[in-house]
Amino acid sequence: MKNKDKPPELQPFFDKNIAGDVVPSIGISMPRIDAYAKVTGRERYAADYYGFDMIWAGVKRAGIPHARLKSVNTQAAENLPGVIAVLTHKNISGSNRQGVIRKDQPVLVDDKVRHCGDAVALVLAEDKETLAKAIKLTSADFEPLPGVFTTETALEENAPLVHEDHPGGNVLLKASLEIGSVQSAKEHCDVLVEACFETPLVEHAYLETEAGWAQLKEDGKLEIVASTQTPFRDRMEVADALGLEPERIRMIAPYAGGAFGGKDGVTVQSLLGLAALHANGRPVKMWWSREESFIAGTKRHAARMYYRLGAKADGSLHSLDTRLYFDTGPYDHLGGVVITLALEHSGGPYRIPNVSFKGWAVYTNNPIGGAFRGFGVAQVTAAMEQMMDMLAEKLAMDPLKLRLKNAVRKGDKNCVGVTLTHSTGLVECLEAVARHPLWTERAAWKSKAGPFKRRGAGIVALMHASGYGPVVPDVANAKVELTAEGKIKVYCGVVDMGQGNAATNLQIAGSILCQNVDRIELILPDTDRTLPSGSASASRCTYTFGNALIGACETLKLRILQRAADLLMVDDCDETALIPGAVRHLPTGREIPLHRLATFMNESERTATQRFRAPTAKEIPPVGNEIRLHGFPHTLFSYGAHLVRVEVNELTGVVDVKRYLSVSDCGKIINPHVYEQQIQGAIAQGIGYALSEEVQVNEGKVLTADLATFIIPAASDVPEIESQPVEIYEPSGPYGLKGVGEIATNGPLPAIANAVADACGVRIFRSPLTPSRVLRALRERLSEGGVH
Amino acid sequence: MKLTIGFSVNGDSVEVEVLPHWNLLKVLRDVLELTGAKQGCGEGECGACTVLVNGAPVNSCIYPVLEVEGKEVTTIEGLMDKSGRLHPIQQAFLEKAGVQCGFCTPGMIMSAFALLKANPDPTEDEIRHAIAGNMCRCTGYVQIVESVQHAAAVMSGRSQERAGKE
Repeated sequence: MKNKDKPPELQPFFDKNIAGDVVPSIGISMPRIDAYAKVTGRERYAADYYGFDMIWAGVKRAGIPHARLKSVNTQAAENLPGVIAVLTHKNISGSNRQGVIRKDQPVLVDDKVRHCGDAVALVLAEDKETLAKAIKLTSADFEPLPGVFTTETALEENAPLVHEDHPGGNVLLKASLEIGSVQSAKEHCDVLVEACFETPLVEHAYLETEAGWAQLKEDGKLEIVASTQTPFRDRMEVADALGLEPERIRMIAPYAGGAFGGKDGVTVQSLLGLAALHANGRPVKMWWSREESFIAGTKRHAARMYYRLGAKADGSLHSLDTRLYFDTGPYDHLGGVVITLALEHSGGPYRIPNVSFKGWAVYTNNPIGGAFRGFGVAQVTAAMEQMMDMLAEKLAMDPLKLRLKNAVRKGDKNCVGVTLTHSTGLVECLEAVARHPLWTERAAWKSKAGPFKRRGAGIVALMHASGYGPVVPDVANAKVELTAEGKIKVYCGVVDMGQGNAATNLQIAGSILCQNVDRIELILPDTDRTLPSGSASASRCTYTFGNALIGACETLKLRILQRAADLLMVDDCDETALIPGAVRHLPTGREIPLHRLATFMNESERTATQRFRAPTAKEIPPVGNEIRLHGFPHTLFSYGAHLVRVEVNELTGVVDVKRYLSVSDCGKIINPHVYEQQIQGAIAQGIGYALSEEVQVNEGKVLTADLATFIIPAASDVPEIESQPVEIYEPSGPYGLKGVGEIATNGPLPAIANAVADACGVRIFRSPLTPSRVLRALRERLSEGGVH
Repeated sequence: MKLTIGFSVNGDSVEVEVLPHWNLLKVLRDVLELTGAKQGCGEGECGACTVLVNGAPVNSCIYPVLEVEGKEVTTIEGLMDKSGRLHPIQQAFLEKAGVQCGFCTPGMIMSAFALLKANPDPTEDEIRHAIAGNMCRCTGYVQIVESVQHAAAVMSGRSQERAGKE
């Protein structure tokens, strides 16, 4: 049972009697290749390594939100038997700075602590218990500094600065966009609606907290295995922070136990690298506790959003101005990119001729705001889609018809001035909702609410961009190989954090090369073996990598068929076809097994690669270069329309989500099972965002650092979800596909808020819609005599 | 001071040296290297560490290891039969797409196993209740519930069509 020196199994394997003899096709639900190892408990995640001679590394966190570091006291911990090293910033020879855009986050604090989760010291110990004791024995002397804990105070003149060297002060990035004239347009609006929305700081709460292990190999190579979405970018970050040549570092990314954006960037990687450099060649493991993950990991930005929406009497939208304040915490991480994507989506999927959008990503001493599925779009959609319902109410118009009237169609310019040249299926999504009995029969359903219950239905329209936008190349490089044994190896460049893209890669390769599942092997992302293909993020994984993979597989296929035609001495490779394990000459039935064919080909011939770069918008929008650099604007969008039915308990304030319908235009579907997983899982996360999830922070300290106080939905909290695809073929996508990873997360919060308003006549501008907030709103409505 | 305790894991007798304050999950993962049971929180809140002790599902991360003396522990690694065939619940999770990132899957399957043993024909509500202590952040639970329904149908010999309608 115990095998201390076995290497970690990073490759998925598949039981032949499951579906190994199946030749994959596109568009069918087939079992995910990764599922077998996962249902048997054999999958080795980054957290599952317990190797020979392994030691543990852990972090002393600052525990104070803003302070100057005077000294770190390591002696007591170093004296503890079983402690191998206690490292501080003095042990780091590189820049000691990490970050995707602005490198402003220290691996170990040198000058200043900027949030409670900052790492002050890194401890290495023989076992976890010694490690915990040593971390307790490590202390630091701080000179406390006044902190900034809201975006308002951070923007005040003379506010304490989080980064003294940042030219923008506490404004990490200000993004703005003006089209037309909101000022003069307002005079031509028949109705104006105004509101301010607040959305909370939210934790990803992936089941596998940040984890990994590393080892300095005898040849001097630093190997880091981590639960990450971004192995290639991590390598560069670690190299820079620790002062190593990137070639010295090998990053390996096994299947992640969930990520959702929280592993988009460095978590344990640099710390592990540093630890391994001081571990005398021994493997060293780090695995954050749940509490540590809450305190030190990134979060969905808390946001405050001011909206003013104007329309004509017939419901056509005429002007919108927005001001978005996103709390990015102490470090850039991806805060600038998040505010930029939020800005781009802040007017929703509508035609609006006059807009003025402004957004600020603001430094504070709160936990780090970063990437989280939805990436700023979840916040602005919550605001805009509630504005649409408020406008519909003011116009006495059906909210669905109002959306249909203003919905973007292919060929339109969206409200940030981009012409929609790709598939644009919003109208089809809205029409599907309009036809659905959950919508058409809602009045009867609402009237049957029991005593002290109120029922309501809410809808939203959604859009979500995919890819990186115009400047940072959204590129994938696929590689596929016919092995000497006649099997197919697919080198996956993009991490599978659970979304299923590895299985989709197998489906694509198997389908093109006509090979059954057990003749295909996946090589998961590994900077030494696979090719750089960008991050597992931005709803881009299968779109960008899938396109590259199709190209690589088609190249390899042609090469195999041509070689086979030569060997069979037939004129035209059109007469040959790949079949499982062989090439067959169709007119004669003669076959060459792939393992024999492979012996006639050298390695370079047996390997094909393909690069794909995602398309970008060609319009030059009226924004500064800085904003373009942060990814503005996009050209490719997925669309959706959601409907929710809720029942509100007037006595308890509990909002019970009864039914959920999602209609999505994410292009054609490669694997319906995986597609549904993405939609349903995103909706469940969105329901948590709407009703219960809120990281509470007081003066920079997280008060809800566990799953008992930060409430994510359990099986009993998620309703029946119906997910309908509107499968419009997107010509630029692999098999007509568009991104599906994020869009559905954006719907539940505004849909539920709209449904609660429909049920009770109250609108709650601060989410989540907890029972206490709902009760308070109901009481206020009563005290106002039923008028809200 | 370390104590030696004996119990059975997936049918094999084991003796391990433990410290009295250790929990069962630590022994399974760190000592016996059975890494199928996961640690998601370490506080008994997420269910990723669910294993069976004498047939009953427990959060092994807060189960004192001394309590396991003389008992039978079943982990996800013990569900396959001797010939290596998947248990019908594992098979159902695979076929009905109950797996995404998979980190909750072993615990989820162990809870489902305990449920179906006690209640071979559960309603959807009973399934949702039985796995309510097993957090999943990926799937939204729909396909997990369908997987358990399918497993129940297969295990009790009911037709797959009926499973589909449930």
